[in-house]
Amino acid sequence: MIMKTVNTVGIVGYGAYIPMNRLRASEVNRVWGGSGTPIEEKSVTAMDEDAVTIAVECARYAVKRGKIAPKDIGAVYVGTESKPYAVKPCGTIVAESIGATPNVMAADYEFACKAGTEAFQTCIGLVSSGMVRYAMAIGADTAQGRPADALEYTAACGGAAYIFGRKPDRTIADLEGSYSFVTDTPDFWRRGREMYPRHGSRFTGEPAYFHHVISAAKGLMEELGTEPGDFTYAVFHQPNTKFPIKAARTIGFGMDAIKPGLVVPFVGNTYAGSTLLGLAATLDVASPGDRILAVSYGSGAGSDAFSFIVQDEIANNPRLDPPVSVFINRKRYIDYSLYSKLRGKFIK
Amino acid sequence: MSVPRYWRETRYRYRLIGEMCTECGAIFFPRRAVCLKCGSVELEEYKLKEIGTVATWTTIRNPPEGYEKYAPYIVALVELDDGVMVLTQVVDIEPEEMKTGMRVEAAFRKVKEDGSSGIIEYGFKFRPIIE
Ligand SMILES: [Zn+2]
Repeated sequence: MIMKTVNTVGIVGYGAYIPMNRLRASEVNRVWGGSGTPIEEKSVTAMDEDAVTIAVECARYAVKRGKIAPKDIGAVYVGTESKPYAVKPCGTIVAESIGATPNVMAADYEFACKAGTEAFQTCIGLVSSGMVRYAMAIGADTAQGRPADALEYTAACGGAAYIFGRKPDRTIADLEGSYSFVTDTPDFWRRGREMYPRHGSRFTGEPAYFHHVISAAKGLMEELGTEPGDFTYAVFHQPNTKFPIKAARTIGFGMDAIKPGLVVPFVGNTYAGSTLLGLAATLDVASPGDRILAVSYGSGAGSDAFSFIVQDEIANNPRLDPPVSVFINRKRYIDYSLYSKLRGKFIK
Repeated sequence: MSVPRYWRETRYRYRLIGEMCTECGAIFFPRRAVCLKCGSVELEEYKLKEIGTVATWTTIRNPPEGYEKYAPYIVALVELDDGVMVLTQVVDIEPEEMKTGMRVEAAFRKVKEDGSSGIIEYGFKFRPIIE
């Protein structure tokens, strides 16, 4: 069933961050003799970056953009599968760094790549009910793939943060409705203490990604009484370049609708950050009145679909945070040796 | 750094908060109990500017214990736009690209890790301005 709010809830501010190192798919091929190019290149953290530093950077930009007092943020939720601590929340570090402590809820969400949108829904509920004035949802990851595995080409680093608020507070995009589709599907997993995930290879496509993404998107559109033509833009979770394009076409979206948010060819799959980064890149170019569909996918498995309607406020304020395109273009290529050092594959 | 000491300084290090002497206006970062300029103990919290200019810098190739995996890295004296000098790392740039007078902004990074089981220290470094 569609999830709607009691009061009108919208995005008040958002911010993105992508580390500047890039590893080309061709470099992975050079080392391992492969020939695949599921994407052009992926982002890689510097030695002193992790999911927490990425989350903090996004959060700081979101606060700047939202022009709100950090003390008014009543919840900070971080969706990630690359927590630097197994036990100790990322959310407290983010909340402290932006100055939202101590009267704030803080926790981390884990649902593979859809942990960020799971945090969206919690924040939306908290804000709609009036329990908090503002709530922040972040998706940030520094995903790793086993050397030579298909995931090594795409597993990337980055994230985005969103602050939700309630009308009459200024919102730049209002939530029309949300729809979740979740089943127990073991397409991808990582056990405790294991460094790399395992996946069901071909199993990751049809019964996993496509089934959940398409079901969530169609379920939401049906309940809203909308068709693809009613949406200016659409964002689908981006594990590689092919999947979101195929999902879009199956549902009935053209390239024009998904292109602004299709960041994966030059960033890679930022896991919990993926759909959130795509939505940020789309908001960067959106105009008042535009309707945006955003659909995440998390292995395990499930999809959350959202419909946002862009408000006049998006045009009113000169932005104080860099758009996603700036982060995509801010890059430094690294070779496989430096990549191995940065990702902790050498023991000194 | 011990866990209690790290924890006491957390919010100042995370948010670039120093102290200003209410008697003479001198600003300090890290914080001090006594003003180095006039000796007053009347100091209040002061939020530092997060943007500044590189005054001088050097590349560290033989780092002190605990910083080995970050080498080589750049350490600089940055004059913030409120006139405060901070000793900081500069990241997201190669040594050959560094220039005195270049503009930099605060970036939130890992500073040090206490092995694989201890706490992770976070704090500010600086980077070329992203715009
Ligand atoms: Zn003084």
